[in-house]
Amino acid sequence: MRPIESFEVPAPPRVNYINAQYGLKSWLLTKDHKRIALLYLGSITFFFFIGGLYALMIRLELLTPQGDLLQSTTYNKVFTQHGIIMIFFFLIPSIPATLGNFLIPMMIGAKDLAFPRINLLSWYIYLLGGVITIYALLAGGVDTGWTFYTPFSTTFSNSYVVATGLGIFINGFSSILTGLNFIVTIHTMRAPGMTWFRMPLFLWSHYATSLIMILGTPVVAITILLLAFERVARVGIFDPALGGDPVLFQHLFWFYSHPAVYIMVLPSMGVISELIANFSRKNIFGYSFVAFSSLAIAVFGFLVWGHHLFVTSQSVYAGMIFSFLSFAVAIPSAIKVFNWTATLYRSSISYDTPMLYALGFIGLFTVGGMTGLFLASLATDVHLSDTYFVVAHFHYIMVGGALMGYLGGLHYWWPKIAGRMYPEGWGRFSALIIFVGFNLTFLPQFIAGYLGMPRRYHAYPPEFQVFNVLSTAGASILGFGMLIPAIYFVWSMRYGKHAESNPWHLPGLEWRTQSPPPTENFEVTPIVTWEAYEFAPREETEVVGKFRPELERI
Amino acid sequence: MQSWIPLVPESASTFSWQVDALYFYLSGVTLFFTLLISGVLIFFVIRYRRRTPYEIPRPIAGSHKLETLWTVIPFVIAMTMFGWGARIYFNLYKPPANAIEVYVVGKQWMWKLQHATGQREINELHVPVGRKIKLIMTTEDVIHDFFVPAFRTKADVIPGRYTTLWFEATKTGRYHLFCAEYCGMNHSGMTGSVIVMEPREFDDWLSGNTGGTTPAVAGQQLYQTLGCASCHGANGEGGRGPRLAGAFGKISPLESGQSARVDEAYIRESILNPQAKLVAGFGPIMPTFQGQVSEDQLVQLIAYIKSLQASGQPAQAASPAQAASPATAPSPTRNLR
Ligand code: HEC
Ligand code: HEM
Ligand SMILES: [Cu+2]
Ligand SMILES: [Cu+2]
Repeated sequence: MRPIESFEVPAPPRVNYINAQYGLKSWLLTKDHKRIALLYLGSITFFFFIGGLYALMIRLELLTPQGDLLQSTTYNKVFTQHGIIMIFFFLIPSIPATLGNFLIPMMIGAKDLAFPRINLLSWYIYLLGGVITIYALLAGGVDTGWTFYTPFSTTFSNSYVVATGLGIFINGFSSILTGLNFIVTIHTMRAPGMTWFRMPLFLWSHYATSLIMILGTPVVAITILLLAFERVARVGIFDPALGGDPVLFQHLFWFYSHPAVYIMVLPSMGVISELIANFSRKNIFGYSFVAFSSLAIAVFGFLVWGHHLFVTSQSVYAGMIFSFLSFAVAIPSAIKVFNWTATLYRSSISYDTPMLYALGFIGLFTVGGMTGLFLASLATDVHLSDTYFVVAHFHYIMVGGALMGYLGGLHYWWPKIAGRMYPEGWGRFSALIIFVGFNLTFLPQFIAGYLGMPRRYHAYPPEFQVFNVLSTAGASILGFGMLIPAIYFVWSMRYGKHAESNPWHLPGLEWRTQSPPPTENFEVTPIVTWEAYEFAPREETEVVGKFRPELERI
Repeated sequence: MQSWIPLVPESASTFSWQVDALYFYLSGVTLFFTLLISGVLIFFVIRYRRRTPYEIPRPIAGSHKLETLWTVIPFVIAMTMFGWGARIYFNLYKPPANAIEVYVVGKQWMWKLQHATGQREINELHVPVGRKIKLIMTTEDVIHDFFVPAFRTKADVIPGRYTTLWFEATKTGRYHLFCAEYCGMNHSGMTGSVIVMEPREFDDWLSGNTGGTTPAVAGQQLYQTLGCASCHGANGEGGRGPRLAGAFGKISPLESGQSARVDEAYIRESILNPQAKLVAGFGPIMPTFQGQVSEDQLVQLIAYIKSLQASGQPAQAASPAQAASPATAPSPTRNLR
């Protein structure tokens, strides 16, 4: 049993991946996974900011029932572009491309990912996709909804559908390459002693995510290609006027896009497992159940796309099968929530900012998941589909779940990434503001949805106004809460307290090297002799509860 | 438009209460689990807060018993939700045989409706209370969705297909009709009302709004002008083309050896793409009418063919008084709920 060491690094730190080389070129041509993670961090933050501006415009428009702030054509472009940017250019790459990129090699004791050049290439591909999409937005925008339903997108829309589609198509390759890189890395580059079941759960969830990325993304790529083909060459695939089938598009689209929601939330679940274990100094309750539930989600997530078509004249029997499978796929998520909660039993919980995000995640994700059951249940979905209930549901998952995990993870690993501490007081304060603002924004939308307010409405009947006012008020609080970390992270890069190599006193491999790490991560390849989340007592500690090496079963 | 129960929309169809009951069940379970988990979480967070900086709690590996418990219990609860939801859904999307039919054609950005008795409406639908109404819907352009929150039902309206929606209103009044599938510029303006009236009032409304020919009569005229009669016979009795009188609802044997049920979608396809399913014993001589007939006209042709009884008498639906009869006759069988 080895004690958790803490290398006290005198400031200024030794040579590390940030100061190893200087100059723009050293960044743009880097093969270091940590630097590439930072390139991604910068670019997704940029896209998040644009997506956030669109969200602001949506909420301001909906403050009053008349569509008075924006014209309907503008509003349609705004919510479309909000969705496209947030999903394809922020949330899908968010955790995997930044935290995953940075941490996967460090957590398994490797020097880099398996294919460092491909890793850099994936960032350039992402950038190319992003630039093309931004061009489409500036040239005139796109108004199809992020779902691109046919035949509206192929025949009726007068906006930049093909250019936007091209941007998303190209961006997809960046996802595929990242997924491929992660899978190969996890298979082949684990340090001696790092067995599969010694891996932190962050790695399991990234492994599952990568599977979805490489299996699902090609489908959406082909779908976009077919869409562009019909739009440009007028070949009948989806438009019935040309002999196509518009519902076929929805099947193809959701075959990718349902699993894609798991691309967004699985990495976040991985982060939460890390946070829960490490900030309660406790190994995850039911480790293997949590690990395998990630794989179960990845596999069964491919079988439920039809729940997006319950009102689309799908046969009632197909509807029943998809409903059944959707309920089934909810179970692995429930298992995770129960295990995280049980982990806290008789643990030692600290209230640091990352832990606040983790606790917030569990609450919000529970609401998001439970409201998913309303939509998996056939009869209630008929009433609720395409209403604000759906909007609220997916924001509880994507913002309440995925975004909270991302922010929590960013705070947790910030000392390692930047070599500096963020201001803890501001961190806790903003976590609280974000939690309150988020709930105020999206809880009222559940009610508006059940009352029948349809989504993607630019103007709405006045009886829904009260819910929209609440929602806009909440969004303002949420937006304010988000600005605080944006400011202090930038501030801390220069002025933050220098971080020790192991500021949280944790056993994970990433904490057993200096902060920020050297380019090659570890001076010598570590040999792993401990289980995941094995917290050994430090010599000077006063041990509460006698430490026993063999695990206790209850 | 809210009911006396807070946060629930008005209930105005036989489905409303069924869906609400399930909704309350789901809300109850959600509330229970959310409170349970947050309660336990908050309790643990306070009870097991870190008291000294270096304490290390005892590790616990897990428990198969607990894992089984919290896999099986949620699964069982989920299955109750599944079964309940599926049962209602089955009724929602299985239109009864004896319903009053209304044709709906969606179009960017309006709803065009036509009663079997000929009355046309735009963005409004008048229906009698306590009668089963079946909407036969299609669209001229993109996908729309016919959504009436007070009835707790909706269905997509899809180009190139007929989708159906049925309901039985239980309360008179005026209810929101929304388009619930994003359809372009003025999607949020594609709204209207469903006006539920006492049957007597509805009859008055019908008689005050004649004027239009019924879809079946209009279809009969089209049948003549488009030259269908030259092959299918003046009254659909058949000739170079198969007999159409009495064909609706029957099974038609195909040249390919398969067979097809003659329903709205099949007739539509026969007119627009006659070669797709050739009737056994006939050559591919029927020309396509793609581009020559609008969605409205298709609906009228279908209404006419439906009205042709096996006797070959088209007159059935040609008289508005008779066509109106299903609307005023009591429904012979009740839908099992
Ligand atoms: C040139 C002759 C011709 C004309 C004109 C014609 N049809 Fe046909 N129709 C046929 C033949 C032959 C078939 C059977 C082969 C097939 O399925 O294409 C047929 C099949 C059909 C069927 C399928 C019947 C079944 O029992 O399956 C329908 C419905 C139909 N026609 C409707 C129409 C309508 C409505 C028009 C006018 C708009 C029309 N037809 C004009 C020759 C014609
Ligand atoms: C991670 C962050 C977010 C993601 C991934 C995200 C994603 C999405 C997606 C996919 C849609 C559907 C777009 C469409 O209907 O085509 C949407 C709609 C919407 N979002 Fe977000 N969103 C995020 C943050 C926010 C925030 C912070 C707000 C509020 C301040 C917000 C407000 C809205 C609203 C009001 C709609 C509904 C638009 C409509 O249907 O009319 N979103 N979002
Ligand atoms: Cu889904
Ligand atoms: Cu619409």
